[in-house]
Amino acid sequence: MAIDAATVRKVARLARIQEPEERLEPLAQELSGILQWIEQLNEVDTDGVEPMTSAVAVSLPMRDDVVTDGGDPSRVLANAPKSVSNFFVVPKVVE
Amino acid sequence: MASLTSLTLKGALDGLASGAFSAVELTQAHVEAVEAARPLNAFVLETPEKALEMARASDSRRARGEAGRLDGAPLGIKDLFCTEGVRSTACSKILGDFVPTYESTVSANLFRDGAVMLGKLNMDEFAMGSSNETSAFGAVVNPWRAAGSNQALTPGGSSGGSAAAVAADLCLGATATDTGGSIRQPAAFTGTVGIKPTYGRCSRWGVVAFASSLDQAGPIAKTVEDAAILLTSMAGHDPKDSTSLPVETPDFAAFVGKSVKGLRVGVPKEYRVDGMPPEIEQLWAKGVEWLRDAGCEIVEVSLPHTKYALPAYYIVAPAEASSNLARYDGMRYGLRADGANLTEVYENTRAAGFGDEVKRRILIGTYVLSAGYYDAYYLKAQKVRRRIADDFDRAWESCDALLTPTAPSAAFGLGERQADPIAMYLNDVFTVTTNLAGLPSMSVPAGLDAGGLPLGLQLIGKALDEGTLFSLAGAVERAAGFRAKAQRWW
Repeated sequence: MAIDAATVRKVARLARIQEPEERLEPLAQELSGILQWIEQLNEVDTDGVEPMTSAVAVSLPMRDDVVTDGGDPSRVLANAPKSVSNFFVVPKVVE
Repeated sequence: MASLTSLTLKGALDGLASGAFSAVELTQAHVEAVEAARPLNAFVLETPEKALEMARASDSRRARGEAGRLDGAPLGIKDLFCTEGVRSTACSKILGDFVPTYESTVSANLFRDGAVMLGKLNMDEFAMGSSNETSAFGAVVNPWRAAGSNQALTPGGSSGGSAAAVAADLCLGATATDTGGSIRQPAAFTGTVGIKPTYGRCSRWGVVAFASSLDQAGPIAKTVEDAAILLTSMAGHDPKDSTSLPVETPDFAAFVGKSVKGLRVGVPKEYRVDGMPPEIEQLWAKGVEWLRDAGCEIVEVSLPHTKYALPAYYIVAPAEASSNLARYDGMRYGLRADGANLTEVYENTRAAGFGDEVKRRILIGTYVLSAGYYDAYYLKAQKVRRRIADDFDRAWESCDALLTPTAPSAAFGLGERQADPIAMYLNDVFTVTTNLAGLPSMSVPAGLDAGGLPLGLQLIGKALDEGTLFSLAGAVERAAGFRAKAQRWW
């Protein structure tokens, strides 16, 4: 299916990637090309086929519900762009 | 004796054990080779002091009689692996100067066994690419050049730095990762050996995530035996990765050199594609002859859904990537750009931090997962994925392993395929099937094309049957007698 510039704008917004207006049309063409190529999957009969969600058929293990890590804020914050007294500093979210 | 950097990993370990040289001498030789090879751009971070410190520690362990399986062996680590106290960026600007406070399980396993780290290896950004050209640090240059040509070639991708470093004798082996062919295609392009083990063999903990249901770590090495030695150390159950398989790791090196007599090797007729150079088809036929001569029974098999693997992959992988890469929001680590409000900070951070190919895949992934399209794309792809896995299950009724070409061409020129994403994706047409099915698969250098560039053959095995792959790969390696090395120009 071909997608247009408005759809690219919407998807970029959902993905939280700022795309300049002049990139929307070229991106729409690029992505449409890829999606059209992908659509050959419609040739495959998948009626009654169970979707494959995992590369190996194993059930996920459960661990004991205990604390295994933590209590080390300096390591957690080591790469923070901004931090103050053991807190991440983020842009203001409430006006 | 030849120079220390031209040794295989096995040869170097033997030399260390016999006292022919020390880990410090071996490491120093590799540190110098890495420095001299900067035109290849294989390393994005050299850690010579750390390497020599690790080598000194290795020499004292050996003196105490406590040497491990890999003690004193200098390796390169792909920049996708988090290394404690050493910058790890996945070759993306968005991780900036990220310095992990923890060690990935795979690199920790190698260091537990005594390996020495020479530095971090270049790769496509977040492992998304087949030519190493999407790296924020620039492309890696293949040490190989076509005869009589100075054209710079790609080493393949995404593990281009790993493959180039091993091919150029800058390290004795390297870690790599494979989501759609990122170990095997670069190995084929550089005359090296690369294995993507069964999904779950190697822990993904501490490896920057791309597509979690497909990502798997493995080694790139100079020989089949070296790859077996490295994988034996890298693999193993890890409670920190819920998809890590709770199985014992065999000594894979014990399988190299074992007789392959009586093994049934399948040749899938669908692995012939339009435009494939005749040399690759001829090499494949030669590979079949080599294995028949070694006592294998050759059987024709059919994997009818092969051509749908790539399009299915380009739904599954971007969908998982768009979800995994949502974590790069500029709040807790990595790049943070300015903006008038929080949403703008996110959007500007991600616009500035991600490269074009990564953005493209995030957008595709977001689109196929968005309301109204999920069933048509993602669910459909998961069903096709099941069909592809079923194809292999049916093949295993008549054979024990498969032999195919690794890639549909030899190394191509840097810049040649950047304009067309789909042409680039087609590099992975023979490799991506086993990521979808979770199966082990391996590339072995088997010959040269008319221009003198290396070509690889791929072996595909049943889940957890890497042992058979190592035996068959050893047989191909012996029969091919591949000795060619890139002529040094750097």
